Amino acid sequence: MANPKRKISRSKRDKRRSQWFASMQAPQLSKCDHCGEMKLPHRTCPNCGYYKGRNIFIPKSA
Amino acid sequence: MRHKKKGNHLSRTTSHKKALMRNMVAQIIEHKEIKTTIAKAKELRGYVERLVTYGKKGTLHHRRLAFKFLQNKEAVKGLFDEVAPTFETREGGYTRIIKLGNRRGDGAPMSVLQLVGFEKSASKSKPKTPKKDKKKADKDESAGVAESVEETAMEEKSVEKPAEDKKEEVKDLKAEEIVEEKPEPEAEVAEEKTTESDKEKDDPKA
Repeated sequence: MANPKRKISRSKRDKRRSQWFASMQAPQLSKCDHCGEMKLPHRTCPNCGYYKGRNIFIPKSA
Repeated sequence: MRHKKKGNHLSRTTSHKKALMRNMVAQIIEHKEIKTTIAKAKELRGYVERLVTYGKKGTLHHRRLAFKFLQNKEAVKGLFDEVAPTFETREGGYTRIIKLGNRRGDGAPMSVLQLVGFEKSASKSKPKTPKKDKKKADKDESAGVAESVEETAMEEKSVEKPAEDKKEEVKDLKAEEIVEEKPEPEAEVAEEKTTESDKEKDDPKA
């Protein structure tokens, strides 16, 4: 029967498990150049509809 | 192995995907920009670029090749007479994909696929927001002054005919706004040419 050759060390095991916690973290945000609101990086700002100085859409609330 | 497995089939049969791409290319030729999921936009990009190249060649043969794919006379006409001439000096990179974030409902990542050089300012359909004015003000003063003059003119007009039919007034305002908007994107384009070129470099990676 195929079996693990070695016991997984605490270090290896914990490194593996830490990745799951990392995936639970809140996404990194960046500041919108146009309105200063926090937004997801590399995406159009949902607050003002601008991306890289360009107006992409008019937000409904404005 | 990934040999001969280029592209994304978007969970569709070949005929279904072909029909989808055909429809979306026709739509982008008509409207110059469409909102769709990132996966579809990325797949569509190649089709649009290929057809624009046909349009730039402009021969009867290429017109027939374009029609073979599009099966839509209006779209072929728009492609050859309207879209392709503006790309004469541009060698590839006719489209731009801008990410919008995730869609409410299924969380699908959305994007806007635009034809470069056909950007319309999104404010056509709605009155100006104070935020936009603010931006203009600190952008360039002369433009800001001209803008405000036009705006006051607009206000006067609306005061002059309050008794008239409301629908007509709305139409008038829209027409005026469009006229007003036109000089503005040019200025923006001039200012943002540097960022534009940067973005195009980014695009293929995105």
